[in-house]
Amino acid sequence: MHEFLRMLPFAVSAWLFVAGLYGIVTSRHLVHLIMCLVVVQTSTYLLLLGVGFKAGATAPIFADVPVGTPAVDPITHALMLTDIVVEATVMALLLALTIQAKERAGSVDPEELRILRG
Amino acid sequence: MNTFLPATPVAVPLTIAALLAAVNQHIHRRLADLLAIAAAGYCLWSSILLMLRSSHMPIVYWMGGWEPRNGVAIGISFVIDPFGAGLAAFAAFLTLIAFVFSLYYFDSIGTLFHVLMLAFMGAMCGFSLTGDVFNLFVFFELMSAAAFALCGYKTEASGPIAGALNFGVTNTIGAFLALSGIGLLYGRTGALNMAQIGKSLGQTHDGLVVTAFVLISCGFLVKAAIVPFHFWLGDAHAVAPTPVCILFSGIMVELGLYAVARIYWTVFHASLAQFEAQTRAIFVTAGVITAIIGALMCFAQRQLKRLLAYSTISHMGLLLLAFGLLAPRAVGGLAIYLLGHGLVKGALFIAAGILLHHLGSVDELKLQGRGREATSGAILFLLLALGLAGTPGYGTFLGESMVDSAAETVHYAWISYIFMFAAIITAAAVFRAAGRIYFGWGPGIDQSQEEEGETDESRETTGGPSVPLTMVLPAFLLLILAIAIVFVPQFRAKVELAGMRFQDQAAYQAETLFHAEVPIYHAQPSEPLLPGIIRGLVSTLLAFVVAGYALFRKRLPSKYLDFTGGFNWALKPLRMVHSGNMCDYVAWLTFGVALFGGLFALFIH
Repeated sequence: MHEFLRMLPFAVSAWLFVAGLYGIVTSRHLVHLIMCLVVVQTSTYLLLLGVGFKAGATAPIFADVPVGTPAVDPITHALMLTDIVVEATVMALLLALTIQAKERAGSVDPEELRILRG
Repeated sequence: MNTFLPATPVAVPLTIAALLAAVNQHIHRRLADLLAIAAAGYCLWSSILLMLRSSHMPIVYWMGGWEPRNGVAIGISFVIDPFGAGLAAFAAFLTLIAFVFSLYYFDSIGTLFHVLMLAFMGAMCGFSLTGDVFNLFVFFELMSAAAFALCGYKTEASGPIAGALNFGVTNTIGAFLALSGIGLLYGRTGALNMAQIGKSLGQTHDGLVVTAFVLISCGFLVKAAIVPFHFWLGDAHAVAPTPVCILFSGIMVELGLYAVARIYWTVFHASLAQFEAQTRAIFVTAGVITAIIGALMCFAQRQLKRLLAYSTISHMGLLLLAFGLLAPRAVGGLAIYLLGHGLVKGALFIAAGILLHHLGSVDELKLQGRGREATSGAILFLLLALGLAGTPGYGTFLGESMVDSAAETVHYAWISYIFMFAAIITAAAVFRAAGRIYFGWGPGIDQSQEEEGETDESRETTGGPSVPLTMVLPAFLLLILAIAIVFVPQFRAKVELAGMRFQDQAAYQAETLFHAEVPIYHAQPSEPLLPGIIRGLVSTLLAFVVAGYALFRKRLPSKYLDFTGGFNWALKPLRMVHSGNMCDYVAWLTFGVALFGGLFALFIH
């Protein structure tokens, strides 16, 4: 049971990655597609949190606790936070491009945006 | 100043970018140009300085002074060797060229272009210099975000929007793949420093390590445009503004491959050492497929920038081939080939940009015979195409010869034919385009070349009969450098030594974590260049023949000698696969990751 719980975040993470990819591949609307990209991204959050998690440990705040109290790994939190910030920029940019696509090409369906091919 | 020098190639451009963004509307265009050029010039100077100073001992710079204790690294470091610093210098140099080229190129241009370009350059420099995998990911994403925005910079047309979206979605998935791999590595080793991870992994090679390797490799190979991850590149290059294309083709995609090579040799080298033969087979196969598909697609294009984009894919296949040999001496050849190709390809994009400025089109068929007066353009195209063909005297030729002789040591001598094939076809495509545009040769538009998507690009300037010197000179400068690098004394030996150091995992760990002395490498006697010269001459000749055939096939005595119908028919499925739909691209990407993963699982089981 313990082993199962330890592996659960990684299993869910892999599932989210694949589910997000499936959503992107079958998407017919750019906003939906970008949200699926966010789903893929959440899989990396879960992976990082799963990596840093320690059973029975507290939050990594070292005030008012005895020395030697087990804490979860704060580095993975920092990584995740960086990931969120960086990707928020990328998603905002992609959504801005979507607005432009609607204005210039008149469509937000990837199938109808096939301007470049061959 | 000297203490902080290693951080300045990243810090200076980012600071100036932020400054320019803040004063966006209130600064004169020329002042912004000046600041941007100064920043790029500074980056170039400092990177060259770092390259020279690290020639005996890598420069290890710990941010905030968090030095490792007892060989355990917690801080974030830049580990600068001549290889990485050289790439940073090359990125800065191409950015400088792009800024000079765009002085009179864009008519209405805000400083936001400069901001994005500077952020792009700073990220590329950081990417080349860092010694930390998470840092590598962050610079990768900064580089990507700036590149997406630059690609879709011309928002008034629908093509750039579609291209930027395809580019953005596929590359972001690549970044997530790499990040997942980095997360797994951190979970295993508790470290983010490349040297530290490599030391902790040692020779373990269980499923987790292999999975991490596959995820990281595939993630960065998306940027390197390796088949089947390459679809975004043709779209992005065809629509991006010309100065941006110089950077995309000249250095950005190459950095994707650099990341794979850097991580392989600092992190995974020892753990995958006993599977070297299998790893080599997988990478070489991917390189061969990429080189061939890229070359065929290149020859089938009529939009010049798209043609050059597929040529870049083909040459990326060759570079992956050179890396995939995993031979000590191949890396030097790879570096010189990368440099030679980047210079030539950057100049070719400038030449295409000049056409777009001068004649308002980049469609080879529409431009037929319209360039008759522009002799300098014709000369430029012909001399640059010789560079793609690997004619003796160009950097590509020297790189190719070095890779070929390294391939013999690992029994992959046949790859020289792949090099020749890609060189012949990509050069012939440029010869053909130049022959048609500048001399009016060849049949005009016929039924076999039906419309496939967008074949032209809207102007980026008001254009005019005169071409400013700031456009022509950078192209000739790049051309001269592409030839000059061959004749720099001791260049070949020095690059070869830098390549050997690049692959020495034990030394990298000792230098980074313990500040140990570098082992001394001895240059082996250089292989004779004669076989390479013969191959280069044959390639050049065959490129002329293929281009001549494509242009004059209608004058052949028998119509049965005209294979182009068959060629177009055979290529149709391949062209249909390049559908322009990002959903298909992501499906191919998923397939590619599964394939790489499956092959590694099978071989390394």
